[in-house]
Amino acid sequence: MNAIQIIKNGIVKENPTFVLMLGMCPTLATTTSAMNGMSMGLATMAVLICTNFVISCLKSITPDKVRIPVFIVVIAAFVTMLQLVIKAFLPDIDAALGLFIPLIVVNCIILGRAEAFAAKNSPVASLFDGIGIGLGFTIGLTLLGICREILGSGSVFGLTLLPETYNILLFVLPPGAFIMLGFLIAIVNKIRG
Amino acid sequence: MEYILIFISAIFVNNIILSQFLGICPFLGVSKKIDTSLGMSAAVAFVLTLATIVTWCVQKFVLDAFGLQYLQTIAFILVIAALVQMVEIVLKKVSPALYQALGIFLPLITTNCAVLGVAILVIQKDFNLLQSVVYAFSTALGFGLALTVFAGMREQLELVTVPKGMRGMAIVMLSAGLLSLAFMGFSGVDGGLRVLFGLD
Repeated sequence: MNAIQIIKNGIVKENPTFVLMLGMCPTLATTTSAMNGMSMGLATMAVLICTNFVISCLKSITPDKVRIPVFIVVIAAFVTMLQLVIKAFLPDIDAALGLFIPLIVVNCIILGRAEAFAAKNSPVASLFDGIGIGLGFTIGLTLLGICREILGSGSVFGLTLLPETYNILLFVLPPGAFIMLGFLIAIVNKIRG
Repeated sequence: MEYILIFISAIFVNNIILSQFLGICPFLGVSKKIDTSLGMSAAVAFVLTLATIVTWCVQKFVLDAFGLQYLQTIAFILVIAALVQMVEIVLKKVSPALYQALGIFLPLITTNCAVLGVAILVIQKDFNLLQSVVYAFSTALGFGLALTVFAGMREQLELVTVPKGMRGMAIVMLSAGLLSLAFMGFSGVDGGLRVLFGLD
């Protein structure tokens, strides 16, 4: 498989949000606006690329029995680095995403890709898999964020499109996350046939 | 009184699944039948309470004492993973019946973000040990309540004809949205109780 195929696979065929249905907690919790959704997607992508690469490099010296603890330590180390960087340079994003940055550790996408892809493929292929799946996740979250922001606060990326009287508050609140994601999954199912 | 407030607000007002979005994976994964969801709830209640006690002690006596707060994420996830393994081994030896009932759910709990989430939340909220235990236990009860009610809904959902495009996960998400909407009805109850108990 070449690089473009691997990336396309992550965005379309194995899209983590709409097809694999992994990492639902941040998907539902952080998509109150398009910007928040995109930041969460990019943060996860950064961690995923690093962990996929490192885990793939370590695969020949990792004993099979302790591989899950090894994966978790590698993931936790990168999440901690990201957490410190975001706290230092992007305080707004830190405030918006809050608890969900340390919780990237338990995001099933990352451990899932480590187990399903990085532990079996070369470091470079794993790097591209991280980019592909990460982009797929970012697109999913941004799309959900855009839909919720338009209906809930009448804007996209903070740009006001609809007057306040047309806002449906429900879509910014927790139930709106479930309902909107349900409709998006139905649309994606229809398109995929 | 303060503990009653923590108890009620963790179960109904700030339900861990339906308003804080933690532990969505088991909520969607093991909610097909009421019995399995009860087993999962029991396993989570046990591990969540135990893990919160242990991580609270780790934070206060190791991380805070040596100024290592930045290692929180790594330390907590390792402690939780080790704890789950240990619970599994001990249960297997001490109570094979309980192990049979909870067995399959235990390994899943390590990656349940509710456990790590609550462990970090009690530190952020600056709770003392007793408050943390009450908070963790009531959160787990709220998790069980949402999971079981949702399993009941899904059992009924099996019996109806769903439009083709909405089959599978789509209708599950919509029903979860309706359940979450029902729980929104509790919002503000914690503020009312606060006034009633005279805590303000």
